[in-house]
Amino acid sequence: MSLDLTIAAAADEAPPAPTEELPKLSNIGTRALIIEAPGAFDLRQQRRILALADEVATWSGVVEVVPGVTNLMLIFAEPPRDLQACRRALAEAWRRLPPKQLASRVIEIPVIYGGELGSDLAAVCAYSGLPREEVIRIHSSGTYTVCCLGSSPGFGYLHGLDPKIFMPRKTVPSLRMLAGTVTIGGMQAGVSVSTGPNGWNAIGFTAVSMFDLARDTPALLAPGDIVRFTIERDEP
Amino acid sequence: MIEVLSTFALNTVQDLGRFGSRHLGVGTSGVMDPLALTVGNILLGNPDDAAGIEIQTFPFELRFQVDTAFAVTGADCTATLDGRLLPPWWTTPAKAGQVLKLHPPKKGARSYLTLAGGVDVPVILGSRSTHLRSEFGGFMGRALAKGDVLRTAGGVGGPARLGPDEFGAEPADMALPPGASGETDSSDDTLPIRVLRAGEYELFPQEARQRFWRTAWKITHQSDRAGYRLGGEPLKLASRVEMRSYGIVAGVVQVPPSGEPIIQLSDANTAGGYPKIAGVVEADLWRLAQARIGSSIRFVDTTYDDAVAAMAPVDTYLAQIRRVVELYRQRPR
Repeated sequence: MSLDLTIAAAADEAPPAPTEELPKLSNIGTRALIIEAPGAFDLRQQRRILALADEVATWSGVVEVVPGVTNLMLIFAEPPRDLQACRRALAEAWRRLPPKQLASRVIEIPVIYGGELGSDLAAVCAYSGLPREEVIRIHSSGTYTVCCLGSSPGFGYLHGLDPKIFMPRKTVPSLRMLAGTVTIGGMQAGVSVSTGPNGWNAIGFTAVSMFDLARDTPALLAPGDIVRFTIERDEP
Repeated sequence: MIEVLSTFALNTVQDLGRFGSRHLGVGTSGVMDPLALTVGNILLGNPDDAAGIEIQTFPFELRFQVDTAFAVTGADCTATLDGRLLPPWWTTPAKAGQVLKLHPPKKGARSYLTLAGGVDVPVILGSRSTHLRSEFGGFMGRALAKGDVLRTAGGVGGPARLGPDEFGAEPADMALPPGASGETDSSDDTLPIRVLRAGEYELFPQEARQRFWRTAWKITHQSDRAGYRLGGEPLKLASRVEMRSYGIVAGVVQVPPSGEPIIQLSDANTAGGYPKIAGVVEADLWRLAQARIGSSIRFVDTTYDDAVAAMAPVDTYLAQIRRVVELYRQRPR
């Protein structure tokens, strides 16, 4: 991102008040630190996490930077000698950095709703009390932001699901959900990336491959991308 | 080149791990016991992170198709070369046609076969490790099977042929006894594993925290390279905590709603959402990798400074082996 944009962003969004609740910092072993944003799961906090990720990736001694959902994990080559100084620097950067301006690359994912591969669509209709056409309309008219990739190769945690079609994860997971299944897990939307057990609700299927080692960039999605689901077909 | 003559499930090609792709959701894979692989590579004059074969089901048998120096480290699996018993943590030059057999170990869980030059499989996202769940890396993205033929990156021979025929290293479990220095409790056959408290430790009621330290946690049958599920009286939170998905590293101890802890390991997903109570210190990860299903561990509360200092004996151990190997290599044959 250019410097101009960063300055524009800074003017656009004033840094948080100094009274803001502090992020939570904790260790996993000696070489990993996690910083968790305070407050709700919202896009602004996620953009601050992504800005922090860009900054700490330039710090010496940091070998991996792994954004999570409103949190960030840093992995060091060696355990930091002065852990407190490291924690202070992280907290300072968190307060100072403006939220990341997202490049807003839009990725369209055509979905075959329902059918055998979207076998939980009826359950989502029942849970939400909405007719099938309405659930599909709501899901396919949403604008989703990729918070981060994680869990399995190329899996994107998507923010932006309409609360009308929130649906808790299943208590008994599907044993063999296909890669490409379009899912709802609580307040999150997703597309499964590997075939296997999965506790999210299957509402449809896409042929788009989310992770392919033959591509220059194997993961289709990147943090900050916008995802839109389009209706390829509604399969009763 | 070697040919696999017989193998059971889940024996794979692994190096130290696929680091740098967690942000894409790609887990590290890699050996469970990095110390054993590293020593095996040092004995052969390989780079520390050359790929080897992790054997966790036995017996495992292979034939050398060309002259190749090899080493066997990790769990003591009474290795035999054409029927001749080899000492543990030992390097030996094999002649073409010779058969190496690794028997079920008496203690420890995973043995490592390293070959001069390292196992040559394609490097994917910076590593040769097998990512079993995603079916890439290692040998065709899968566990080894009878009839597989693996090449070594060093070609015929390799650096170890320049040194003496055979020598070895002190096994890690003898050189590095468990627990903090001198503080082992002989009245107790549970394996002490040092941990740092993690983010949600304080959320557990005091009674649960005390029990976390006191319990001899059993490594259940639902344990594998992805993680160890522990058995014991469940640790319950006062109220259920909804975590947002966060990054996972090997050694994180999570407590799912069932209350029985899980230690995430080499094949763990890159993100998870269970409350984390502790993290295993780096110096004890290799030891945990050698703990068997059915055995018990207990967690030892450790400060950050002590956890960092715990790596010093490991570093000293590796430095000594490097020095000895160097001397052997300089000795004329």
